[in-house]
Amino acid sequence: MSAQPSVAIDEPAETSAGIVDQQYAALRKTMRNQRIQDFLFHKITLLFAASVLLALLGIIVSLAIGAAPAFREFGASFITTVEWDPVDDKFGALIAIWGTVATSLIALLVAFPISFGIALFLTEICPARLRRPMGTAVELLAGVPSIIYGMWGLFVFAPLFADHVQPFLKETIGQLPVVGQLFQGPTMGIGILTAGLILAVMIIPFISSVMRDVFEIVPAVLKESAYGLGCTKWEVVRKVVLPYTRNGVVGGVMLGLGRALGETMAVTFVIGNAHELSWSLFSAGNSISSTLANEFAEAASPLHVSSLFALALILFGITFIVLSAAKLMLAGMSRKEGTK
Amino acid sequence: MNASVKPTPNPVYRKRLLGHRIGIALSVLAMAIGLAFLAWILWTLLANGLSAVSTLMFTGDTPAPGGEGGGLRNAIVGSLMMVGLSTLISTPVGILAGIYLAEYGATSRFGQVTRFVTDIMLSAPSIVIGLFVYALYVANAKHFSGYAGTIALSLIAIPVVVRTTDNMLRLVPNSLLEAAFALGAPRWKVAMLVRLRAVKAGVITGVLLALARISGETAPLLFTALNNQFYSTDMNAPLANLPVVIYQFAMSPYDDWRALAWGGALLVTFTVLFLNILSRTVFTQKTPR
Repeated sequence: MSAQPSVAIDEPAETSAGIVDQQYAALRKTMRNQRIQDFLFHKITLLFAASVLLALLGIIVSLAIGAAPAFREFGASFITTVEWDPVDDKFGALIAIWGTVATSLIALLVAFPISFGIALFLTEICPARLRRPMGTAVELLAGVPSIIYGMWGLFVFAPLFADHVQPFLKETIGQLPVVGQLFQGPTMGIGILTAGLILAVMIIPFISSVMRDVFEIVPAVLKESAYGLGCTKWEVVRKVVLPYTRNGVVGGVMLGLGRALGETMAVTFVIGNAHELSWSLFSAGNSISSTLANEFAEAASPLHVSSLFALALILFGITFIVLSAAKLMLAGMSRKEGTK
Repeated sequence: MNASVKPTPNPVYRKRLLGHRIGIALSVLAMAIGLAFLAWILWTLLANGLSAVSTLMFTGDTPAPGGEGGGLRNAIVGSLMMVGLSTLISTPVGILAGIYLAEYGATSRFGQVTRFVTDIMLSAPSIVIGLFVYALYVANAKHFSGYAGTIALSLIAIPVVVRTTDNMLRLVPNSLLEAAFALGAPRWKVAMLVRLRAVKAGVITGVLLALARISGETAPLLFTALNNQFYSTDMNAPLANLPVVIYQFAMSPYDDWRALAWGGALLVTFTVLFLNILSRTVFTQKTPR
């Protein structure tokens, strides 16, 4: 770019050849510089991109190193052992794993239909003018910090839940033969069920925004032909939109599950933080993340610390698998969008 | 479906219409539930937090157990320092990594893997990141510190910036890049001065979203920055920060502490929601396309 722009025409011919040579040399120099710059640019940006990969590797390696003593001591039975006793230095992960899985599944069961309804509303029903503000409002639910959900859950939601909803559940579903066991016990307001419900509110925006995105890629032609056959809007959604976007919907749900599994602060506030295993969803429990939040800073014995690292490794493993599955399903969906 | 046309009394049609109406009604109900929860949470914050908001909240430091009065000055300052420094770190790192993905990693194996990992890191449990920074830094330095908190927050913010930058850069039309190449511009100039500049608003959106995300993060700070009861600007020592103070005060038995926790919660939430909305308006004002 620094090369001379042009040669003056009225200059003698013999010097003009020299100038052309000079220009050629200058151009070559510029191009060589640019090639070096581009090489450096490539490598520097590569370095930063690789740092993300390195961070992930670092997390896995450091958790594995931290967890090694616990797995050496307890073996694979660490995962199936119920006992968690810092006083006797005996640790098992089953209660925490159960808490994490149970709260996340409750959250999914509740959040899936609501998210589906919201996505349906925003793509098919909502007047175009209200679509943006209402969509934004739902997404703001994802912006509210986890700790705020925790405070709201503990001080506002849990008391109401204990006074009005839990007794009702106990008297109705609680009386059923097998399922009833899940809805028994003292109605304290806090516990696994409450944690699951609050997680549901937290993951609704994630699931509904993915569903909304995949609903929007359904080709209008498909929907219009169904309408042309006389289908109602509900039938179009059930029989055209949902089958077309099945992978995307499942991907969105898995993404929500991944979020729910790792959620810490909200769960810590409302799950009750008790190392007990009970069939009742009303009882207090503990999830992997709440155990970490509560005990890590105070863990004294090396085995306790290492067991907490082992819990974190298990949590990271589960989330990694769930999120990978979500990612793969959504990748299939975006390929569909490409061929549209 | 036209209401003015009297439907024939066909039982199949009536059943279908009923199904349709129930489905639509449930969908509207779901939307109402979503909005109601948002309103409920915001109302709770306003009802409990507004009374705690006063000038003292911004000028006083966190009180001792059972102590009267006091504010959140040290926590606010600590949070600003950590979030600010993390933004300063994660913005260039995230943007450069995003440029790599868009420029060189669009189809390559390495690019795909990195993009995949970034997406996983976006949703990875933040407490695990806290634990990682503890093992990596705090355990070696043998003390909690503001720097450790900053590292943890940066690790959470970087994937957000990477992903938005990458997505935005890929929206830039090829013809614009080809025009720049045709003028003889080297690749780095095209990438930085043409491509990146075209999506400046989108990249700022990403940075704002990252800022919103880390402003309310609590879990990764529990074992990294910890907390500090006193006013301190020493990043190499435990640093007070809003989320952890809110957590500790909300769980405490003292009414004064709880009131302060609600005040802090109000402050954090509205800051985060403001950043969220701001990021949307920045983006819509200058949508690249």
